[in-house]
Amino acid sequence: MNAVWLKRLDVGGMAVSVATLVLIVVWAFPIFWALLSTAAPAGATGGFFRTYGYVLFETDLGRWYLNSLVTSGGVTAIVLAISSACGYAISQIEFTGRKLLWIVILGSFMIPVQALIVNHFFLIYQWGLLNTWLGVILPQLIAPIAVIVYKQFFDGIPKEYGEAAFLDGAKHWQIFLKIYLPMNWGVTLTLAIIVFIGAWNAFLWPFLAVTKPELMNVTVSTAQLSSNGISGVAAAIMAGLPVTIMYLLFQRRVTDAVTMSAGGNDEQRYN
Amino acid sequence: MDRQQNRKENLAALPLVVPFVLVYLALFIYPSLQMLAISFTDGALTKTGEWVGLENYGKLFRDRNFRAALLNTLYLVALTVVPGTLIALGLALVVKRLRGYWQAIALSVFFVPYILPVSTATSIAWLLTNTANGPLGGLVQSANGTVIPVWRSASWFMPAVAVLTIWWTVGFSVLIFLAGLRAIPTELYEAAQIDGASRWVEFRKLTWPLIWPITVLVLTIQLILQIRVFDQVYLMAAQAPNRSSTVLVHYIYSVAFQRNQAGYASTVAVALFVVGASVVVLQYQLLRLRRAK
Repeated sequence: MNAVWLKRLDVGGMAVSVATLVLIVVWAFPIFWALLSTAAPAGATGGFFRTYGYVLFETDLGRWYLNSLVTSGGVTAIVLAISSACGYAISQIEFTGRKLLWIVILGSFMIPVQALIVNHFFLIYQWGLLNTWLGVILPQLIAPIAVIVYKQFFDGIPKEYGEAAFLDGAKHWQIFLKIYLPMNWGVTLTLAIIVFIGAWNAFLWPFLAVTKPELMNVTVSTAQLSSNGISGVAAAIMAGLPVTIMYLLFQRRVTDAVTMSAGGNDEQRYN
Repeated sequence: MDRQQNRKENLAALPLVVPFVLVYLALFIYPSLQMLAISFTDGALTKTGEWVGLENYGKLFRDRNFRAALLNTLYLVALTVVPGTLIALGLALVVKRLRGYWQAIALSVFFVPYILPVSTATSIAWLLTNTANGPLGGLVQSANGTVIPVWRSASWFMPAVAVLTIWWTVGFSVLIFLAGLRAIPTELYEAAQIDGASRWVEFRKLTWPLIWPITVLVLTIQLILQIRVFDQVYLMAAQAPNRSSTVLVHYIYSVAFQRNQAGYASTVAVALFVVGASVVVLQYQLLRLRRAK
């Protein structure tokens, strides 16, 4: 009798449910606390409008947003343009050195780019691009994931599509631009989101390439504000706001992109 | 005929491949080779140095700060990779069990920190662990009840960074595990339930072996990422003792940009290259060994 009652109650299931709730609360607590503290800070300096008003109007936040937007947008556009074309060529054209190029791309995935900061600094210094948007963009163009994902997707398209156009006298670059790329807008959008978020969140290189406060990305500038008490925290929250909104708008695409990037990683290990 | 065909293909590939190859040559291959070359010189940041042979490498082996940075990195790897992966698996199991809205909410809660830039994550960490009024500020205390400020403590710094790192980045691994769990056919679980298997037996005999390849994948990715860790460690280390908070990338940064020894910094960078690459090679060999069996 007792056992039946226990079974219906499902003690184990309830324990898991309670644990679930605890985990959710633990994970959400830091962000919740930060929002609460910046919206209604304890003490006399308080107030949502006071704190965020300060961040919006008394700091260079607008300028930092612009820097982040331009550099992340630039990284995204260039990475997608060069990677989609190259991914198409590796997937569809038997050119000399194709294997070697593929090995270099997979290799660059495993090697820590962070080790190259000194040499990237030399290069950007020699080109006179320190403290410029372009200088922030260039070293971030090494993003092998995009070309790996594009190659995989182009591999998956039935050859007949290209061959039919080929017989009609189309050139490879035309087939790429008019057939293969439009078939994969979903992939392009997904990659764009993940590359953009990655560039927006990049810290090390933008931190090295820029020393003038008005040219800093929002991630770098707000990292240095975090000692500024509650308004520093509010500024850092503002730095994360655009990417969070992006995630909330494109949830499915973002999570797909993340899983895809792991798949790309998988590919390089098994090839 | 064949050669002609080949030439045609090469010409067609050229405009598509050249932009990418140029970017890789200028920003990846060339800097990598230059790193190797400079590691044998005594160059400074804005001045080419003299060739000094293997001197920098000899120095590397005697350098106690380098050894400390290497050990700190490995310590953080030990504190984050395996625990982070297990926690991610746990969270993924929790998310998978939920239905509808609850599942979406739980997944978002675990994933959103991963989307945040490092400055947001570290600012929140400062706020929470502030010893004056942070809710977690008094968590770590010595035997007699004095509060220990974790970010200034030699022994607590790395564990605290590990907690921050796992909170911040676990969402990535949760997603990969979730995709893996969803790929397990539900019939298998139904069969197990018919056999009256308990939750634990179900996990032990069904989920764990089937999810193992994904676990290896997550472990590898985490290992590769944590060896090159910098951002959050550097930002939280503002008040920490150097010896216990500096990781490899941070050491490269301070040798190059604070001590202005680009040559020696490149030598340290080569060491990071070697550590990073050997992890991948080792992992690959293990995988081959397993498959050969």
